[in-house]
Amino acid sequence: MDDTKRYERLRERYMNGDLDRRKFLGILGAAGLAYGVQMPFARHALAAVEEVRFDGWGGVVSEAFRKYAFDPYTKKTGVKVVDGTFGGGDEYLSRVKASQPGEYNIAHLSGVFDYARYVNLDLGSTLDESKIPNLEYVIPKLTEVFRKVTDGKLSCVPYDYGTTGLAYNRKYISDDEMKEKGAKILIDEKYKGKIGGWSDWRTRIWYASLQTGQDPNNATDMDAVWAAIRTNRDLLLKYWTSGAELMSLLAEEEIYVTEGWSGRIYALQEQGHDIGYMDPPNGFGWQECLFVIKGSPMAEVEELLNFMLAPETSIAVAEGQNYPPALDPQKVDLGTKIPKLPAFDPTGSLAGLTFADPAYWNGHEQEWSKEFGRIQKGY
Amino acid sequence: MSVERREARQPWILLSPALAAIALLLFVPLVFILIYSFWLRTATGADQIGFFLDNWQEALSDRFYRDILLGTLKIALITTIACALMGYPAAYFIARSRGNKAILLLLLMLPFWVSYIIRTMSWINILGVSGAVNSILLSLGIINEPIQMLYNETTVILGLVHFLLPFMILNVFVSLDGIDETLEDASNSLGATKWQSFLEVTLPLSLPGLAAGGLLCFVLGAGTYITPLILGGPTDAMFANLVYEAIITQLNWPLGSALSLMLLVVLGTLVLIYNRYLGMAQLMKGLG
Repeated sequence: MDDTKRYERLRERYMNGDLDRRKFLGILGAAGLAYGVQMPFARHALAAVEEVRFDGWGGVVSEAFRKYAFDPYTKKTGVKVVDGTFGGGDEYLSRVKASQPGEYNIAHLSGVFDYARYVNLDLGSTLDESKIPNLEYVIPKLTEVFRKVTDGKLSCVPYDYGTTGLAYNRKYISDDEMKEKGAKILIDEKYKGKIGGWSDWRTRIWYASLQTGQDPNNATDMDAVWAAIRTNRDLLLKYWTSGAELMSLLAEEEIYVTEGWSGRIYALQEQGHDIGYMDPPNGFGWQECLFVIKGSPMAEVEELLNFMLAPETSIAVAEGQNYPPALDPQKVDLGTKIPKLPAFDPTGSLAGLTFADPAYWNGHEQEWSKEFGRIQKGY
Repeated sequence: MSVERREARQPWILLSPALAAIALLLFVPLVFILIYSFWLRTATGADQIGFFLDNWQEALSDRFYRDILLGTLKIALITTIACALMGYPAAYFIARSRGNKAILLLLLMLPFWVSYIIRTMSWINILGVSGAVNSILLSLGIINEPIQMLYNETTVILGLVHFLLPFMILNVFVSLDGIDETLEDASNSLGATKWQSFLEVTLPLSLPGLAAGGLLCFVLGAGTYITPLILGGPTDAMFANLVYEAIITQLNWPLGSALSLMLLVVLGTLVLIYNRYLGMAQLMKGLG
């Protein structure tokens, strides 16, 4: 029923004597007030979406997204992509939790465990996959793990993958020594004060599991793990907190060895630094996705995701950020640079990478993040 | 309305914007934080609404929090003393300078034009392994290999002094600038040496400024988390880092709220003790 019809009915009731004059004018006044109050907001809500917010890891990664995906997308559609950055998934989750629905739209999340956490906090959305036809180019294994978390549906599209391996300065540590010591080099007394480490509890526990000869997705002796983390802490120069800090510490030779993100280390190598990179057996593999947060303008977001998954965009971004794209090499020709990137799997099966089991890690998150926080500070 | 009643109302009318701002921006958020501190964080990261004392119990009984809090107060105290020792002569020099006072004050304000984070990070380029100090020492042949100077408690204090020194200088300057210089002349004419005049006349009169600067440096120093994050080593966390971690990393807003209130209460108590012995009126005088 439109407003004119409503008014006509109301007037008729008044003329018939069903409503007294005071009540008739009161209803008219209230309707006028409601209209006046809602109009500025309604105008805003009904207006065409002019921008979409994207949050990612900053540095060279954000630069690649901006240059190869967002700017061309804005040029094509007129929809502006506002890109923000975060230092880690935990920090970002805190910001999203404190926000209003629709304030944050797409996040470049790392790991299926983060996907599960966001979904568990009811921050997910359901993508209409028919609007994202370029999903067909994505490695099926990468999509399937997300589907398992959200009952066959998707709240994200996989976008790239990489590893957190061991990065070392070849001036001070040889390739042979790295092969011999593997993850244990991070608890080697010889490099005291020259070791760095990410202040992320999962990474610390993962590497401590490797150092104590345990399955990183099923450590049984946690006392040994905490002891290894304490040993590592006592040898550390610093816990780094961002990719930029990781690159700076290695480039400035403040540290000689640390675990590091494959793409960032490749960026350092491209800049001419003699930094080696190796993934130890059971090294930390992860896949990143473009997660759509509840309350986002879905049509525009899906259009942007489809644009970003288009092989030409995805390859350009991958070459810019130095992480292999989620595109299946069996279906898409990925060019010449991507096959040289660390962690790249030419088969598309990703069988050589060990990913974090979301149930295992999220099940211990509360307890372990707290315990690591204490150990980190000397306890 | 009588003139007396109107006059009694006027200050409140004039104060109302400031009071409204304080109520909305300070009091209301504090009430929210207080309420939050009694909630619980569930395993999924969601908050369980209710009245639970678990967070307070943990914050007050766990030695971990007490030790970090004491460490934080120690760092804040050292920083304040360093600021006072370095800031007083600088403030004295500015207050007693002739002609170029405005330029000196402008120079003092200059650091505020640069982001605090950038100023803190600048120490990495100064003290880093390939930073300015190591490069100079290496090129002069004084050392054979770079010295590790960064990422320890000393660099945290250095960063805090760098950040807080202008606050101390400004407070002391305001106090010194308000002292009648003829008082020192009178003291000298009565036979006191310059040093005695300073100790007996100038220093006591400038104490309110020193106290105000000290309070400001201490409170700001104790509440910082950026400096230890950038310049600290693995075990140089301060109490605000625990709040940051509880809220950001562990997504435990209720515990983070309890911890932040704990810091607030401790600092508030120290301010009250300060007030008891030095008097807020004196501090206000110091703040100009």
